[in-house]
Amino acid sequence: MDSPPPPPIRREAWEGCSVLLDINDGDRLAFFRLTPGATVKIGNKTCSLQPLVGRPFGSLFRLGADGLVPCAAADATSRDHNTRDGADGQTQDETRDNRSLVDNNTAQNLSSDDIEAMKRDGATGDEIVEALIANSSTFGKKTVFSQEKYKLKKQKKYAPKVLLRRPSARSICETYFKKSPARIGFMRVDTLSLLLSMANIGAYSDVLVVDMVGGLVVGAVAERLGGTGYVCSTYLGSAPCSIDIIRMYNLSSDMVSRIVQVPLSDLCSMHSSGNTPSLLNGGAEGEMVEPAVVPDEDAQASLAQQVDTAVSDEKAQLSTDQPTDMEVSEPSLDEHPVQDENSSLDGKGSDGNLDASKSSKAGKAPSPEKMKYWKEHGFSSLIVCAPGHEVERLVADLLPLLSYSAPFAIYHQYLDPLAKCMHSLQVSKMAIGLQLSEPWLREYQVLPSRTHPHMQMNAFGGYILSGIRIHSTDCMIANNFRELVLNLYGSRYFMPPAVGFAGDILVYCLYACGEQTDV
Amino acid sequence: MTMVPLDPSSKPTSQRRIAEGDTVVVYERHDTMRAVAVRAGGVLQNRFGVFSHDDWIGRPFGSKVFGGGGGSSKGGGGGGKAGGGGFVHLLAPTPELWTLVLSHRTQILYIADISLVVAYLELVPGCVVLESGTGSGSLTTSLARAVAPHGQIHTFDFHEQRAASAREDFEKNGLSSLITVNVRDVQGEGFPEEHCGAADAVFLDLPQPWLAIPSVGLMLKKDGVLCSFSPCIEQVQRACEAMKTSFTDIRTFEILLRNYEIRNVALKSVTSDEACVGPLPQKRRMLTAPGENTDCSQRSSSILVRPCSSAKGHTGYLTFARLCV
Repeated sequence: MDSPPPPPIRREAWEGCSVLLDINDGDRLAFFRLTPGATVKIGNKTCSLQPLVGRPFGSLFRLGADGLVPCAAADATSRDHNTRDGADGQTQDETRDNRSLVDNNTAQNLSSDDIEAMKRDGATGDEIVEALIANSSTFGKKTVFSQEKYKLKKQKKYAPKVLLRRPSARSICETYFKKSPARIGFMRVDTLSLLLSMANIGAYSDVLVVDMVGGLVVGAVAERLGGTGYVCSTYLGSAPCSIDIIRMYNLSSDMVSRIVQVPLSDLCSMHSSGNTPSLLNGGAEGEMVEPAVVPDEDAQASLAQQVDTAVSDEKAQLSTDQPTDMEVSEPSLDEHPVQDENSSLDGKGSDGNLDASKSSKAGKAPSPEKMKYWKEHGFSSLIVCAPGHEVERLVADLLPLLSYSAPFAIYHQYLDPLAKCMHSLQVSKMAIGLQLSEPWLREYQVLPSRTHPHMQMNAFGGYILSGIRIHSTDCMIANNFRELVLNLYGSRYFMPPAVGFAGDILVYCLYACGEQTDV
Repeated sequence: MTMVPLDPSSKPTSQRRIAEGDTVVVYERHDTMRAVAVRAGGVLQNRFGVFSHDDWIGRPFGSKVFGGGGGSSKGGGGGGKAGGGGFVHLLAPTPELWTLVLSHRTQILYIADISLVVAYLELVPGCVVLESGTGSGSLTTSLARAVAPHGQIHTFDFHEQRAASAREDFEKNGLSSLITVNVRDVQGEGFPEEHCGAADAVFLDLPQPWLAIPSVGLMLKKDGVLCSFSPCIEQVQRACEAMKTSFTDIRTFEILLRNYEIRNVALKSVTSDEACVGPLPQKRRMLTAPGENTDCSQRSSSILVRPCSSAKGHTGYLTFARLCV
């Protein structure tokens, strides 16, 4: 009853779905909704997106006289231009080089007037590119590699290609990371993948999520749940953070209905009647969370409003409201070269009528029965992505909401907050298997005789603290640490320093007991 | 209880108690764990003591249990060398923990590669995945979680005994309904025709993946994703060549995980006297040689982080490609 068979991945674009358009091999990436009036502007031409409806994801389109036209299957592979060149494996025998090439702007015999004339006569972009090559006096002298580069450059200008991509956690994260990384807290796709694995996300999980990365993580978790379990998105204060990015995922109504939102204060108060006092908890709740609980209606209203105003123009959504939306405490640290490219994440298309009915169901308040269930059984995992927040006390409040033995993964763009959090967790003995890690992802160019890592790589995709919550009677043991340690070591050879005694003691204990290091 | 829940009631919660027949992961340290099947009268003996399974039954997962036997308790587990009084934690198994405790019949994939594979193959519940070879089943277990409850993993290995051992493992972990294990030389014969056009994704971990790639083209749905894992760049080179004819969006990655260790340390001030010159007054050092540097430790300590000095430098290259539409 809890699990209708999940629908298979829809592999053709449909009316009203969200699509990712990749224009000219990654030069432009933008999300669109395939509404009847949706358009995309390519060069100076505005094209309807209707030709995309019903076409399989992965299809390539070119710009015809009347708008977007599907490329023939043979053309489709041509987007792998850079893997085609030198396919004969002759590159190491290349005899040509650039010694005779002089940059004096006389190599091209075709004038811009000639090209305009060709266009007026109805020449296709590919024909223009061919003509440019035929009229280039230097083309034949170039190496195979640079011939390809030349062709590609001209093709992008005169024969742009539009690739229809299917939005998924992978493509959505990659797109935002490339075009608008601040909005997703600089979380790279491999980091997102690790969060989902480390938190053991799978069917029927009840996942507690703090998502201050625009909804990227809520969407990715919902995708993995496939309409089972729950994503419980909790937030600080009275108003939920925007989770608008979930609208880029093509989540089915089943999947959307599994996304609920609840203020952290509600979750904590639900739990405070429990009996797991956290060592770290003292005073944290009051400071972290607005004491006044906002009625659920308000939360829903504000969410609905966000949904209504969002994405009449993707550009506005993706590029304008970064630092504020991110809640990064120091916006100046938030700069990133890629942000300069924000203007290219455009999608100026009239994306007017979005499928609001679909989105409005996301983010309901959970039913009282569900809250009661979570109180008694705990959540099956936790993911925290608050890249602009201290996470130490936040995590101290969240961990008691997990079931025993549940894994968790905390994301941050800075290492320090996670280190502090890790230390607190070690001391409090609320968790084991703690690991602070950073993924490192390097992409390779693989070509005959020209295989090497990409010259440019992204050097930072965020940090993760992961671990497993343990049965909380251990917290009580922590209270006895002082005595314990004194008995163990103090009497023998250890005179504690006056400063920071209590804190230090716990650390000694950690070494003595926590990881069972042989001392 | 199954490692991957197949219905809402089979997931571990705080109410769930360890029962006979459950598999628990016995956690000694972050790098010392093992999977144990709980049975009445069973006994686990390790360097922290003798643990009776009967003592575990009825406790929640995540519990800390103390070992008996040997010497007196050394205060919650410290030492343990005397063979008693130590403790372990009993954890509910997950695919991540399984990767750390399974018996290695082959080289296996670890979490960094696994997580990227699952994400890049765009797996969601209900997907059908083909895998070859099965190996020790480390990745297979994570694939099963990703496609559960109604998806299917068809995994193939040419080594009959290895396939049988993997099948046994999957059964023990309650994954039989999600995974079918087959004995087949996919490099030689390709995948079976019955899966033609039915696979959402295919994973290859083969010495000569290029031999299987034409077959992969037949199995995948259009726009479906192939991943080939190879330790050596020469294998990648040939695999990519073979992919060109019917695949697109061919990308090769290497993913590594850098781990960090933290210390609560008081760094010496530059004005401190000569007597303090020497190694950092780290806490462990203080435990072993406390008398010498009490002066230094007067300074307030802070949490410092640095990368662990040893790490996996290379596992393999992951090449992803999409079947052309």
